[in-house]
Amino acid sequence: MQTSQQLKPPPVEEHYDTLLAPNQSYASVSAKISDIVLYPLTKTPLGWLGAFAVAAALLMLYLYSLATLFTVGIGIWGINIPVAWGFDIINFVWWIGIGHAGTLISAILLLFRQDWRTSINRAAEAMTIFAVACAGIYPLVHTGRPWLDYWFLPYPSTLGMWPQFRSPLEWDVFAISTYATVSVLFWFVGLVPDFATLRDRSQNRIAKLLYGLASLGWRGAAKHWQRYEIASLILAGLSTPLVLSVHSIISFDFAVSQLPGWHVTVFPPYFVAGAVYCGFAMVIVLMVPIRKWFGLEGLITMKHFDVMSKVMLASGMIVTYGYFGEIFYSWYSASIYEYFLIVNRTVGPYAWSYWALILFNVLIPQLLWFKRFRTNLWVLFIISIAINIGMWFERWVIIVLSLHRDFLPSSWATYTPSFYDWATYIGSFGLFFVLFLLFIRLLPMVAIFEVRDLVHKTAHKSHGAEEHGHTGA
Amino acid sequence: MFKRTSKAAEAAPAAPATYGIMAEFSDTDEILVAAAKVRQAGYTMVEAYTPIPVHGLDDALGYKASRLPWLVLAGGLIGSSGLFGFMTWVNVVDYPMNVGGRPFFSWPAFIPITFEGMVLFSAFAAVFGLFFICGLPMPYHPVFNAPGFERASVDGFFLCIEAKDPQYDAAKAKALLTELGAKAVNEFSE
Repeated sequence: MQTSQQLKPPPVEEHYDTLLAPNQSYASVSAKISDIVLYPLTKTPLGWLGAFAVAAALLMLYLYSLATLFTVGIGIWGINIPVAWGFDIINFVWWIGIGHAGTLISAILLLFRQDWRTSINRAAEAMTIFAVACAGIYPLVHTGRPWLDYWFLPYPSTLGMWPQFRSPLEWDVFAISTYATVSVLFWFVGLVPDFATLRDRSQNRIAKLLYGLASLGWRGAAKHWQRYEIASLILAGLSTPLVLSVHSIISFDFAVSQLPGWHVTVFPPYFVAGAVYCGFAMVIVLMVPIRKWFGLEGLITMKHFDVMSKVMLASGMIVTYGYFGEIFYSWYSASIYEYFLIVNRTVGPYAWSYWALILFNVLIPQLLWFKRFRTNLWVLFIISIAINIGMWFERWVIIVLSLHRDFLPSSWATYTPSFYDWATYIGSFGLFFVLFLLFIRLLPMVAIFEVRDLVHKTAHKSHGAEEHGHTGA
Repeated sequence: MFKRTSKAAEAAPAAPATYGIMAEFSDTDEILVAAAKVRQAGYTMVEAYTPIPVHGLDDALGYKASRLPWLVLAGGLIGSSGLFGFMTWVNVVDYPMNVGGRPFFSWPAFIPITFEGMVLFSAFAAVFGLFFICGLPMPYHPVFNAPGFERASVDGFFLCIEAKDPQYDAAKAKALLTELGAKAVNEFSE
């Protein structure tokens, strides 16, 4: 949404083999990215304002749902006994899974020295933080007496009691708060040099002051860069096992129980692969429109989408393997309860959701084997939405189908999500998009100094100079 | 960031002291060579200001390895042992609960929280240690007074020789830096 453009911009040339459009300089990429943010608030484009209005309306719906939940109680949701976990936990796991892709792009790809992360990691990390915020609210509000949530924390209480540290639900408290904190810290550290760029390029006094404060006075001193790179590598090295441990701990919420379909040792890697799958799909869903609206085709090229699709395909195949695994375990277990799990999933009352899962998660993404579809942005966008929906169905199948029919047929029931289940879920998108729109408007959505570093590396490679060992930051 | 306005300079009775000389270069190769040559010439209080991290620059300027990794290790050890020790004390000493005869010191169940504690405190050490060692936040620094320094966060590669350097001589330093290919050389005050 370039408000200063009066002329129609020339058609954009897409690049399939490079990560960066040619003929870019330090100054041009810095200007391109910071100009998206550095203009008066009063000139904010109508498109952004319209999107923000919709997001804010959804946020109001969210707050209304939560307020009703606190005042009336959990009964407004459709959960019952035996299906004591419904949309609350389905959406909690769904949102957290989405968040993991951002950390993977920022941290794991930094360790593997993959240059293709530079243009997308800032927005992906922002997506992570906002997704974790949406996710983290669910465990806090689903407790029934949310005003007693502080009991989760180990404080010296007058009851003389402590939390149950052996429970995965307590592990979740530590895992998610650690994940949220470390993600915010990693994101902020990455932003500091970019705040300096915004401070120095800004013409508005107040913007200069605020960005300057946020930059902590960063001046690009060589000594500081030395420590900064070390800190970034360390944070990346910490975030990688953090992602793996957090989603494994989430999977333990199910795996340490006794239910068929839950008590499965494959859950930790299967959940992590599923999170990567869903998260990359969400990154693509966000990046396809954003790069077009903000003219970033020179920085986020078709090669980025090609590589991201391959990561999605790989994680999708791991998830598919997990599905085949579950079918095998059911048969191999020689347990009628395990066996019934697959019968119930395939021909039971919720079989439509299981087959929708197979369609969205296994069948549709097979299109990604073909480069033609990986680099067609419309097809890729639709496939990514299908994967997001498919992963939602996976959480639904795991939670609802295992709970509603377990060992004792007299306890069997069904689960129907209520209006408030839907309102809370759709409202959480309001929170996510309000935060994300504010991020796009006020902060650099591409890591400026990292893209400058990429310009430097590309220029040096083409000049034949050997510059191996550049890690960037 | 906060530059002294000319009014403030007029109001102050004495002119502010020279901080040093700032030279601007256009790319990483030039500044690497320049930094090495300036150090070889005997200057010790030299610093470079760049928009991207430049590999080899800290070696060219003679910087030692950072203590940050040790801080992170300390943070990790404190976080993990602290939480593990705390859970052990709670479950073995303070409020042990006999649940079906299971052991009080059920250390495998303590592992996830111990691990998260290690990660959290290591991250605190990395981030707050980084800022503390670098002396950040520092909203004002004399180098912001150097002409054109706002390019240091965009595309300018600056090299500064401080006036506090024992060998400092404005004319000689200026000559050396110009000879090394600087686009602009300016003396600036604190």
